[in-house]
Amino acid sequence: MIVLEARSLVARHGLLTAVREVSLAVEQGEVLAIVGANGAGKTTLFGALAGVHPVASGVIVLDGEDVTALPAHLRVGRGIAMAPEGRRLFPDMTVRENLMIAGEHGRKGHWTLDTVMAAFPQLVPVAGSLANHLSGGQRQAVAIARALMSNPKVLLLDEVSLGLSPVAIEGLYENLSALKAARETAIIVVEQDLDRAVGFSDRLVCMLEGRIQLEGRSCDLPRAAIADAYFGLTASFEEH
Amino acid sequence: MFDAIVQGVLLGGYYAMLASGLSLLFGVARFINLAHGDLALLGAYLVLALVRRFGLDPFVATVPVLFVMAALGWFMQKWLFARTMRGGILLPLLTTFGLGAAIQNGLYGAFGSDAASLGNHIGNLSWDSFDLPFGISIGKLPVLTFATAVMALGALQLLLSRTRFGRALRATSQDPEAARLSGVDAERVQRGAAAIAVALAGLAGVFLAMRSLINPYSGPAELIYAFEAVVIGGIGSLWGTLTGGIVLGLAQCVGATVSPQGFQLAGHVVFLVWLGGRFYSQGTRGTPWHRRLLKWGSA
Repeated sequence: MIVLEARSLVARHGLLTAVREVSLAVEQGEVLAIVGANGAGKTTLFGALAGVHPVASGVIVLDGEDVTALPAHLRVGRGIAMAPEGRRLFPDMTVRENLMIAGEHGRKGHWTLDTVMAAFPQLVPVAGSLANHLSGGQRQAVAIARALMSNPKVLLLDEVSLGLSPVAIEGLYENLSALKAARETAIIVVEQDLDRAVGFSDRLVCMLEGRIQLEGRSCDLPRAAIADAYFGLTASFEEH
Repeated sequence: MFDAIVQGVLLGGYYAMLASGLSLLFGVARFINLAHGDLALLGAYLVLALVRRFGLDPFVATVPVLFVMAALGWFMQKWLFARTMRGGILLPLLTTFGLGAAIQNGLYGAFGSDAASLGNHIGNLSWDSFDLPFGISIGKLPVLTFATAVMALGALQLLLSRTRFGRALRATSQDPEAARLSGVDAERVQRGAAAIAVALAGLAGVFLAMRSLINPYSGPAELIYAFEAVVIGGIGSLWGTLTGGIVLGLAQCVGATVSPQGFQLAGHVVFLVWLGGRFYSQGTRGTPWHRRLLKWGSA
């Protein structure tokens, strides 16, 4: 069952068209990885899906309902939550307060302060600390945990491992694997580490200059094809 | 001298009450409401109208007026400020400046330019005092003003730190987009903040009118005091605002003992010295001063 679908989505930054006619869909419990070079439009696409970046044309459908016109905070209530690029925690509030805000304004369901803390045990000792005082890995954990607190049907994770130590990344993917294993929440993840992206996801989309260049089941896609799509080499091969 | 210190501290309570609304709105919606002083006067005149018209006790009349002021703040944010905020940083300044002028002249049209006061409607409270040992006497009205300010700030602090709305408000002030992504209706939170801010302005205006004579054009001077208290105390915390108000009140009352003109002068000088010191310390220590100004912390 398809949870979230984007049809011919176009989003702009001023005169620059960052997302061009992108169509994609995720099913319940499915993990979709989006890879692509810097400037490929991944973060803008996420912003458009979450409702913080205006959509120029196209449709976003959540559970069969058109949510394109809904502002971000209402999309959270319907079941789209995003851990944005750069974490964007509330720096002068405690970890617990950061989580509570999303819990108080999102959907009700399995995820509460207790269950989220159990899923992210590394946050228990720092629950009372200001988000400002956390390490990068802890911040990312809070950002993901905060998004979970609103009990999303679709979880958007932007740049999970960017700027983190290998140990922190390993810890976060352990948390996420447990979430994936439950097969309840659809996850769309933007990941720079190609091995991670392929290993963690069910399907993979490679974006180039705002378009989807390659799409397929992660286990079926040859590495060379992904690499070519990533750097836009396929087109040049065909031309020559 | 001791008398001046006591008077200054108590006066600081009034400034804190006035300044807290200004700093709350600036912290959450990121614009300076130049009509804040005029809104305080509007609250005072509304109470005065109820008192004159229906013979109500000023304290009783204050209750409905606070609700009216809160509603006014809510709808001004919804229909006026939220729209102007989209137009950049300058537009809200111009709009609130114009709003202030409109309120001044509206009050002038409705009440005339005669000086008015609530002082002659509150019985002997306006001159009664507590007599302490060593010949010190403290006016009951200043004590009541200070106590009300502390209670209002305390209630606001509780609201901010303990309630769902308070958390949403702090989140919106720290990162509006992240707040939206967490399901918070940031526009609604800003309307709520404006409602509280304008109600606090009205409350401060009522105490101003009990203590002194007011006229329709008294607002801008009050705005300056509120602004000075905010800058001295820092926008980050309500107790900082109280400290700022007390520092300003102290400077004015101590200045007045030196010379009758010293009241105004000392207040402004302390403000300027403080501001200069802040900028200097920012230059040398590299503290992100504007960030400290803009945040509403957990504490």
